[in-house]
Amino acid sequence: MNKVIIPALLGLLVIGGTGLVFGDDDEDERRGWWGSARQDVSPVDQALYREECGSCHFAYQPGLLPQDSWRRLMAGLEDHFGENAELDSEARGEISRYLEENAADRSSMWRSSGFASHSGSLRISDSPYFRRQHHEIPARWVENNPKIGSFAYCDTCHTTAERGNYDEDAVRIPGVGRWDD
Amino acid sequence: MPMRMLLAIGVGLAVSAAQGGSPQQIQSAYIAQGASDFSSERGAKLWLREGVEGRNCATCHGGNPSEPGQHARTRKLIDPMALSASTGRFANLAKVEKWFKRNCKWTWGRECSAQEKSDLLEYLYRL
Repeated sequence: MNKVIIPALLGLLVIGGTGLVFGDDDEDERRGWWGSARQDVSPVDQALYREECGSCHFAYQPGLLPQDSWRRLMAGLEDHFGENAELDSEARGEISRYLEENAADRSSMWRSSGFASHSGSLRISDSPYFRRQHHEIPARWVENNPKIGSFAYCDTCHTTAERGNYDEDAVRIPGVGRWDD
Repeated sequence: MPMRMLLAIGVGLAVSAAQGGSPQQIQSAYIAQGASDFSSERGAKLWLREGVEGRNCATCHGGNPSEPGQHARTRKLIDPMALSASTGRFANLAKVEKWFKRNCKWTWGRECSAQEKSDLLEYLYRL
């Protein structure tokens, strides 16, 4: 019995110790438990969505749009913000289900609740919450920044966006640097 | 033992790739759908044929399919389309069909015929 438990405990100590030692280098990490990054929307966990949608653009987490917006967006893939992004009905159904079930208004993650109310636009960047969060960012830093060009590229500045972490401490704006509120 | 495992994994990967299809199998599918033959010359012309608002394949894939392209709107880099310069393309008929459908409609405003698809593939295979 001890043969299993002792190495397991040692393993935990090592993992925990690593978090303590290296966690201090990154404010973002320090806030998490056991060195894991804090999340404010649930990370993407459907491989099909990551493959089909994430091959063209950042795989926006389902918790960034309310259910009704995802439903309308997935019903109009033939004209997806000016592009044709049609899927076969099987893939479309599976992805729609995933997005709707984990939509902002059905998620308990704190930042998702901000995205739960929406203007009706299908763009995440048009939501009142998104606008409030970015209202201090001048156009020259993002839209007119040749290294970025659009608020659609979340992970260009939010270095931990992929993990569902949009904390401003992890923001690095290309050509500008850290964002300090 | 590890070597044997690696071999087994390698064989497994090879089999699953074969199930997805090969470049030749994909072209054969278009013959089955009514394409009469392949022509890389016709394919090369189709590559540059303009459709909706002057769009053609080169709008996003570039004039030379052996080189990377860049999406006209998102500016995302697109790996080369030429078979000789790409890795992993033309291995899955469903995937090829998905992209033909999307891109033919966006570029020319309609779906491509089996003949057009087989000619475009021939062009990309021969480069």
